[in-house]
Amino acid sequence: MNQVEIMVIGGGPAGLCAALAASSLGAKVLIAERDDIAGGQLVKQTHKFFGSEKQYAGDRGIQIGQMLLDNAQADPNIEIWTDSTVLGIYEDGIVTVEHEGAHAKIKPERIIIATGAAEKFLSFPGNDLPGIYGAGAVQTLMNVAGVKPAQSVLMVGAGNIGLIVSYQLKQAGVEVSAVIEGLPTIGGYLVHASKIQRAGIPVLTRHTILEAYGDGKVEGAVIAEINEKWQPIPGTEQKIPCDAICLAVGLSPLTELAWQAGCEMAYIRELSGHVPIVDDYLETTRPGIYCAGDVSGIEEASSAMVEGRLAGISAAASLGFGKEQVEELQKAAMSELDELRAGPMGAHIRLGLEKVAAKGGSKICS
Amino acid sequence: MRIEEHPVLNFERGEKVSFFFNGQEVEAYPTETIAAALHALGVRKLGESPELHRPRGLFCAIGNCSSCFMTVDDEPNMRVCVIKVKPGMRVEEQHGKGVICL
Ligand SMILES: Cc1cc2nc3c(=O)[nH]c(=O)nc-3n(C[C@H](O)[C@H](O)[C@H](O)COP(=O)(O)OP(=O)(O)OC[C@H]3O[C@@H](n4cnc5c(N)ncnc54)[C@H](O)[C@@H]3O)c2cc1C
Ligand code: FES
Repeated sequence: MNQVEIMVIGGGPAGLCAALAASSLGAKVLIAERDDIAGGQLVKQTHKFFGSEKQYAGDRGIQIGQMLLDNAQADPNIEIWTDSTVLGIYEDGIVTVEHEGAHAKIKPERIIIATGAAEKFLSFPGNDLPGIYGAGAVQTLMNVAGVKPAQSVLMVGAGNIGLIVSYQLKQAGVEVSAVIEGLPTIGGYLVHASKIQRAGIPVLTRHTILEAYGDGKVEGAVIAEINEKWQPIPGTEQKIPCDAICLAVGLSPLTELAWQAGCEMAYIRELSGHVPIVDDYLETTRPGIYCAGDVSGIEEASSAMVEGRLAGISAAASLGFGKEQVEELQKAAMSELDELRAGPMGAHIRLGLEKVAAKGGSKICS
Repeated sequence: MRIEEHPVLNFERGEKVSFFFNGQEVEAYPTETIAAALHALGVRKLGESPELHRPRGLFCAIGNCSSCFMTVDDEPNMRVCVIKVKPGMRVEEQHGKGVICL
């Protein structure tokens, strides 16, 4: 059995920042990452990031991920296990990990869950055909493996992810036949939408997918316009030939470990699913277990990094590290979160966090 | 098909190796997952659903969804989207639920 001061589960931006913050106060940290490289979603993001300079906006996602990873790798207090999936968190606080083909048991004094998110699915006939891909899978194939996901793709969803991945497909030399979106307006940022429109890709709002067709694999989709009640309007059906359909219809928090650990959970629509109830310092209702990043509500890499830092500081502080600096560091992180969630784009997150607070948690800043 | 030119990314793939897909010798790079390598070879169908025998391909590519189960070196239910290609490896379409030999 390995004894560890702080165990971080997931090596995305939240997990890496949690580890770096805890280590900067003197704690020893073990990161377990399922993938063969740490970095989480950032390893696939070739576009320049939004947000404020404090969170490295203007840099490409891959560069931010690499920088965090370099810092973590150079840090003598941090050990990173890759190819290591955390399987369970038990009543006695033992964490089990599939590591190097074996079943490892770890006894951490504190746990930070930063497992990120999983993609949502849509129901329609033919949605199990080979060639129906999540947006993350398309990104992994083209930006990590360097393999074209298809010749021609229909993108479902015009939020930021759908728009960005469409643009990345174009960069990889793949045709995007259209981006369809059920809402009457494009959900993503205007900059991303304009790039798509300049690239000549039609964005069809108030449209949905009725079915995918093909013999053994995707050969096309039938789409249609919908009315205010989201019902297809007869006569508007059209066939879109394509060899892949990419679903960019949102993410939901990857919370299995928090459920299993017995953390109190609540369904909060604005945070995109069931999330653990956490306090101001991101500690769950199970003492000693913290959550940071997309796992506690789908937001962005910028807020995931700051949440990671806050959880890292708080976990280390609860073990007696940091002493007099702690309060100031926590306050700084909380006010950065406040800034990130200010303005109209953060309105739904603020509403979601108010609901968490009403359920007894208080992940609410100021 | 592999991406050869990209405005932002550079792919370092190393030397090609060969492995077996449904008994046939094929080539890929050891930096690729089995799913990516098969995809580059134009293979979309990785297996079939155990009861209705509907074709199955990958969906998440990060080991989350279990849509990509194949038999690798006689071991069934392997998520080939997170397993790298190794020289001489035998990868087969899986039929049925697979039996685990303990
Ligand atoms: C196409 C796209 C574009 C985006 N653009 C932007 C942008 O411009 N600006 C911005 O701020 N944000 C952007 N984001 C959002 C951002 O990438 C995410 O919000 C951020 O990565 C969340 O960080 P995280 O650390 O919580 O989760 P993730 O990055 O998802 O990392 C979670 C990590 O945990 C690992 N893991 C999961 N389960 C286990 C387990 N059981 N054991 C071990 N490891 C596990 C995963 O492998 C993963 O590496 C974008 C996202 C996408 C998909
Ligand atoms: S495609 Fe989802 S687990 Fe492999």
